[in-house]
Amino acid sequence: MKQETEYRKRSRIAFICKRFSRNRLAMLGLAMVLVLVLLSATADVFFDYHDDVVVQNVRNRLQAPGESPGHILGTDQYGRDILARVIYGARVSLSISVLVISVSTILGILLGGVAAYCGGVVDNLIMRINDIFYSIPFTLMSVCIVASLGGGIPNLVLACTIGVVPGFARIFRSAIMPIKSREFIEAARASGSTEIRIFMKHIIPNALGPIIVQATLNLASTILAISGLSYIGLGIESPTPEWGAMLSEAKNFMRDDPYLVIIPGIAIMIATIAFNLVGDGLRDALDPKLKN
Amino acid sequence: MSGKPLLSVKDLWVEYEADEAVVHAVNGISFELEEGQTIGLVGETGAGKTTTALSILRLLPANIGFIRRGSIEFEGKNLLELKEGELLSYRGKQISMIFQDPMTSLNPVIPVGDQVAEMFRLHNEEKLPKTEIDQRVDELFELVGIPKVRKSEFPHQFSGGMKQRAVIAIALACRPKLLIADEPTTALDVTIQAQVLDMMDGLKKKFGTAMIMITHDLGVVAETCDIVAVMYAGEIVEMGTVYDIFEGKVHHPYTEGLFGSIPSMDSHEKRLKPIEGLMPDPSSLPSGCKFSPRCPYCQDICKREEPSVRCMGSHSVRCRFVDMEGAV
Repeated sequence: MKQETEYRKRSRIAFICKRFSRNRLAMLGLAMVLVLVLLSATADVFFDYHDDVVVQNVRNRLQAPGESPGHILGTDQYGRDILARVIYGARVSLSISVLVISVSTILGILLGGVAAYCGGVVDNLIMRINDIFYSIPFTLMSVCIVASLGGGIPNLVLACTIGVVPGFARIFRSAIMPIKSREFIEAARASGSTEIRIFMKHIIPNALGPIIVQATLNLASTILAISGLSYIGLGIESPTPEWGAMLSEAKNFMRDDPYLVIIPGIAIMIATIAFNLVGDGLRDALDPKLKN
Repeated sequence: MSGKPLLSVKDLWVEYEADEAVVHAVNGISFELEEGQTIGLVGETGAGKTTTALSILRLLPANIGFIRRGSIEFEGKNLLELKEGELLSYRGKQISMIFQDPMTSLNPVIPVGDQVAEMFRLHNEEKLPKTEIDQRVDELFELVGIPKVRKSEFPHQFSGGMKQRAVIAIALACRPKLLIADEPTTALDVTIQAQVLDMMDGLKKKFGTAMIMITHDLGVVAETCDIVAVMYAGEIVEMGTVYDIFEGKVHHPYTEGLFGSIPSMDSHEKRLKPIEGLMPDPSSLPSGCKFSPRCPYCQDICKREEPSVRCMGSHSVRCRFVDMEGAV
């Protein structure tokens, strides 16, 4: 009896994981992402947010890396530990970009999916409005939003989401389009599935590949965008540590203490590369044409 | 042949509205089907076979395909008057459909077993628990001859014949009263075709399912059907029992042409006799008899007036020159 239930489990997820793990660069990216996530999750164990990150300690200011034993990566112009600020900055960047991408993905699926599935007038209406948003440069739009609504995390999330959704809606629409005319959709309809059920159960899972890849790749660009906005003073406000804001504050000291800009710069670079590598790896792993 | 028919299609007209032209896909066809009977719809590509099938399930492409006239009664209920919501309980539960290509009619990202179980979940009036559904899926797999250890596999791990078996399992899951099979064996190779047909025949008898078999393969028809309807340009040109069609003396000229196009083992003819010409463009059908441009017996009157249907017993032919007592 037992044996009857023990059939071979070769799930698609296991299959994709196997393919992904064979890609060395992708695994490197994944490792970097995991390190970033772990560090920002356990930051409180190593540092005290108030003492290391917020409180100024002018006596210790501008210590180069290695100069002072307590500060591995040195201190900034206010004497705060740079390592602690970079790690807490990762927490801010990661959480905001994950939030932005999650919201954008859901909105993108809804907009693109409804447009692709309904077609005709609905499709045109949604996509033309979408095109209007798509035609405004991202930076200009986010500057407008943040400038008119004020700074702070909620408005930053809003600005980034509005910047990301139009691209998502477009890509998801084109991913869903070919699926809705496949025969198994008609077969599902012939077997009495409701339209919503067909959409959720048959169409979305089949379009999930490009959706996941886009989401991961856009995590990287969102991290960049948040840093960019913070750099021009429209994102995260001091004293909350954020990589872009750190760059911006440090630029006046760049000539004498270049490490002040190099370290947060490297942090931005690592995060961006990590998510890009993971995204590329996922794209390769999910590509059905390479399936064997 | 007694009692009320399970399905009765009366004077069905279906049109597709393309950008410029109106395509007359089905032009006034009628047929009846009793419980457990199999009707074969035979004809060339574009004769309106699939359109007829889709009309029964009301699955014609939205905003393009329209049922203009007629009625489709299933167990005395006119399917054309039902609301979309009411239709859902017919689709898959009472009437189910097997599509032409098993390669594409299974969802590639869902395990095959789940896709079969989906049918029970969709039509779960008895509120079956999960274990019961699992058990029924196992039974179905056994019935269609797939080892149940394979139910967690994905469609791409199945061979063509296996996939078609899975599709049949899905179609039969809820024990429908009517099964529409749209060229179920066209995409399969001949040995598998025979297996699948055999299996379908067995299951059909076991469950007492009526079936509409759409095909252009006369061999399949001879093997599986009770009634045959030969379709041409959206009309049924000849209908009768399988004996009327295959053994009968009188035929519509088109049916004659169809049989003339099949190589025979008995006679030593060097060449096949194909039907000359092409099927008329369904957006501009000829006046009079639709087959007249290709008919070897065509007279002037054929081009002017529609022929009437001539009947003898179960056999009916849509041609004015057919004398049901003698030859053409």
